[in-house]
Amino acid sequence: MSIKLTVNNQSHELDIDPNMPLLWAIRDHLQLTGTKFGCGMALCGACTVHIDGQATRSCVTPVSAVEGKSVTTIEGLGTPSGKAIQDAWVNLDVPQCGYCQSGQIMSASALLAGNAKPSDADIDSAMAGNICRCATYARIRNAIHEAANALPAAPTAVKG
Amino acid sequence: MYFRHLKDPSSLWPGLSASELTRRQFLKLTSLAGAGLTLGTMLPEAASAAGAAPLATPFVRIDPDNTVTVISKHVEAGQGVWTGLPAIVADELDASWDQMRVESAPAKVPMYGNFAFDPKGSVQGTGGSTAVANSWIQLRQAGATARAMLVQAAATQWKVPAGDITVSDGVVAHAASGKKATFGELAARAANVPVPTDVKLKDPSQFKIIGREKLPRLDSHAKSFGKQQFAIDVMLPGMMTAVVMRPPRFGGKVVSFDASKAKAVAGVVDVVQIPRGVAVIGRDMWAAKKGRDVLQVTWDESAAETRGTVEIMKEYKRLAGLPEAVTAAKVGDAATNLKNAAHTIDAEFEFPYLAHAPMEPLTAVCQLSPDKCEIWAGCQFQTIDQVNAAMATGLKPDQVVINTLAAGGTFGRRANAESDYIAEVASIAKASGGKYPVRLIWTREDDVTGGRYRPMNYHHVTAGLSQDGKVVAYRQRVVGQSIMAGTPFAAMMKDGVDPTAVEGHAGEQYDLDNVHVTWSQPKSAVPVLWWRSVGHSHMSFSKEVIMDELAEAAGKDPVAFRLALLEKHPKHAGALRLAAEKAGWDKPFPKGKGRGRGVAVHESFGTVVAQVAEVTVDGDSITVDRVVCALDCGIAVNPDVILAQMQSGIGYGLSAALHGKITLTDGRVDQTNFHQYTVLRINEMPRAIEVYVVPSTNPPTGVGEPGLPPIAPAVANAVRAATGIKLRKLPFDLAAARTAKA
Repeated sequence: MSIKLTVNNQSHELDIDPNMPLLWAIRDHLQLTGTKFGCGMALCGACTVHIDGQATRSCVTPVSAVEGKSVTTIEGLGTPSGKAIQDAWVNLDVPQCGYCQSGQIMSASALLAGNAKPSDADIDSAMAGNICRCATYARIRNAIHEAANALPAAPTAVKG
Repeated sequence: MYFRHLKDPSSLWPGLSASELTRRQFLKLTSLAGAGLTLGTMLPEAASAAGAAPLATPFVRIDPDNTVTVISKHVEAGQGVWTGLPAIVADELDASWDQMRVESAPAKVPMYGNFAFDPKGSVQGTGGSTAVANSWIQLRQAGATARAMLVQAAATQWKVPAGDITVSDGVVAHAASGKKATFGELAARAANVPVPTDVKLKDPSQFKIIGREKLPRLDSHAKSFGKQQFAIDVMLPGMMTAVVMRPPRFGGKVVSFDASKAKAVAGVVDVVQIPRGVAVIGRDMWAAKKGRDVLQVTWDESAAETRGTVEIMKEYKRLAGLPEAVTAAKVGDAATNLKNAAHTIDAEFEFPYLAHAPMEPLTAVCQLSPDKCEIWAGCQFQTIDQVNAAMATGLKPDQVVINTLAAGGTFGRRANAESDYIAEVASIAKASGGKYPVRLIWTREDDVTGGRYRPMNYHHVTAGLSQDGKVVAYRQRVVGQSIMAGTPFAAMMKDGVDPTAVEGHAGEQYDLDNVHVTWSQPKSAVPVLWWRSVGHSHMSFSKEVIMDELAEAAGKDPVAFRLALLEKHPKHAGALRLAAEKAGWDKPFPKGKGRGRGVAVHESFGTVVAQVAEVTVDGDSITVDRVVCALDCGIAVNPDVILAQMQSGIGYGLSAALHGKITLTDGRVDQTNFHQYTVLRINEMPRAIEVYVVPSTNPPTGVGEPGLPPIAPAVANAVRAATGIKLRKLPFDLAAARTAKA
């Protein structure tokens, strides 16, 4: 069955099972391998992508559910918050094995897009769905703060 | 160091020494035995195309584009070798850090063998926190040799004495004439310089890159932009994907299977039997997985494990009391001194099976032709993987080509005597006739239920104090499956004892006059394996918890009590003093509600780590607020990676202490995925982890594993300080421990 997908602003038409999780469509059929398989049950976050800007677990999202929507993977992450997060990740040498980090970055950039100055508690809450077995968590917290500080302050509301 | 007791590992794997190539390599090595490593490791490879030829030695390649590429014989699994090994080369080479690159070595021994495993380097592999330690001299020589060749090339070209040439930050210069050149400009000429055999290594005081506080990792960019290639990312033309249905109980075997439904799934191309189960091969992962969902297999479970872990633990407790236990360590007379002790502590400890659960589930790609088996994987034991892939395909080990990719974590899982996932993918390629490249993916369920766990363990410790508070006896009974028995590693067992079952016991770690450690080896079809820090992962716990209880019984401070037993262990004492000082141990701990502080110190793989943990206990929940960690790992090659590895070991160890357990019911694993095999998440990571390195001029020792063993006992000791509750069973269950106390 033909499925139309928009991934990183490119349109694709794939002849695949509509129930196939988006993860395997983008990995096995679009050869975009930056998004990782970790659990297949939305438990670890390694497969996180943005769908219309929202951090979403691609391993449990059928491709049929994202037709007409815009999918962004780590390869296409170009938002200001995404860039700030990636720069901070490199500056602080967050990755160890690195396997979970695409998912961590997709979750962190979505967090920053909605919350310009997250507290430690905000970070813990937004990032608790992303497992890192190397336990790079301390650096993830620091990198999110660094990225938040690097971004221009959000325009403040003018009173009156 | 898994091979430390082994005289000749080449005899372990049939076929390894039968290979002509391997035998020639052994001969070559033997002839070099007296000459050190220099000649064998520094001879340039055959020159490539004329003109823009690189300077290429087995460990360093300098290209005309001015990049310096270090060939890593160790797999990068997060522990930082792709940064640490280049740092060692770069320093002796006086390179600029910006020009450093890294790539994986091919599988080739003894050239890329691990000399910490055995002095002949007959096995290439990564483990036992040995990567930096066994590369230290080898890579310094490689860097110094390449530097000397660059200098000689410049001297010849500029017609000046080599002694007047300096090298700094990647620039070769002659001050008097004002001549300068980059490494890249000199590489082609340097490649023709005779290889010097007497290079001088730097005095550690001259190091500029080794020890630098912030040395950017060479893999951070790729790993932050989704560009790092792991085995699961390998895409070959025409490649198919396979998943395997394995026995539901350990030790089960295939009787027959019905593939009709599986083959009816769109995209499934074949279903084949392999020694470990039945593989479903599909055009993509989704097809293969759907095919496996409807595959029907009949199993022979006559030799399978059918007990649950509750029954197995009962059996362990029975075994602990039997006289068949073998002695693993004996000093003085623990039995008599226990009888005469003024005060004794008697404690039982239970440790569960643990899965490694690396984020990248086991994955490997295989392309098979009549005379070659090519593998892509995050291999941890390349030489052993070659042998096992050869046995699976009927080829010779030297016909197995291994492409070692970055591993998405391993923690020991990818290093096993049977090379389980490598043998599987090779078997699938063989069974499908090599018609297409095959990628094998283990699902998370396959990983969690797939065995090769940290062995379940039972410890029974009885320790005695004299009237004046001295430890007069330490008696420990350890019951746990052997990792080595039944594998080729069994050759490393000494006097019937698997050293990995009892490593890090109190007799090794403290000045004690009367110690007796025995070990009982239960049999089970549940496969076990080294799990980050191996035996130390449980041996440290009982030892450090008992030490704290002994200190209390003696009326002594836990740090002072330990220090009095560490006079002959200066590295332990140094790390412990530093951790205590930085944690403010001498100041009273502010006793808020549920707050407590605990300490532990442990040596593993040559590195001593001391940790002070501060916790808050609220109801049945434990929060680790702060960990102060001090370590002695010899010369600190890369301080930022050391910090990262201590954070990592603490996080991985806390994960096991707070959550980790694999249990069985009727022989079936109860946990399948991360909702049941729960692991540490960011909200439980201590808010403050401070790491301090004891200054040292000793050769470097490992940091990948040693951060783990002290954390669980430090936290347990902190919880006892806060609540009086003794945590002696892992993972921690405060409610259960409180009931046991009452």
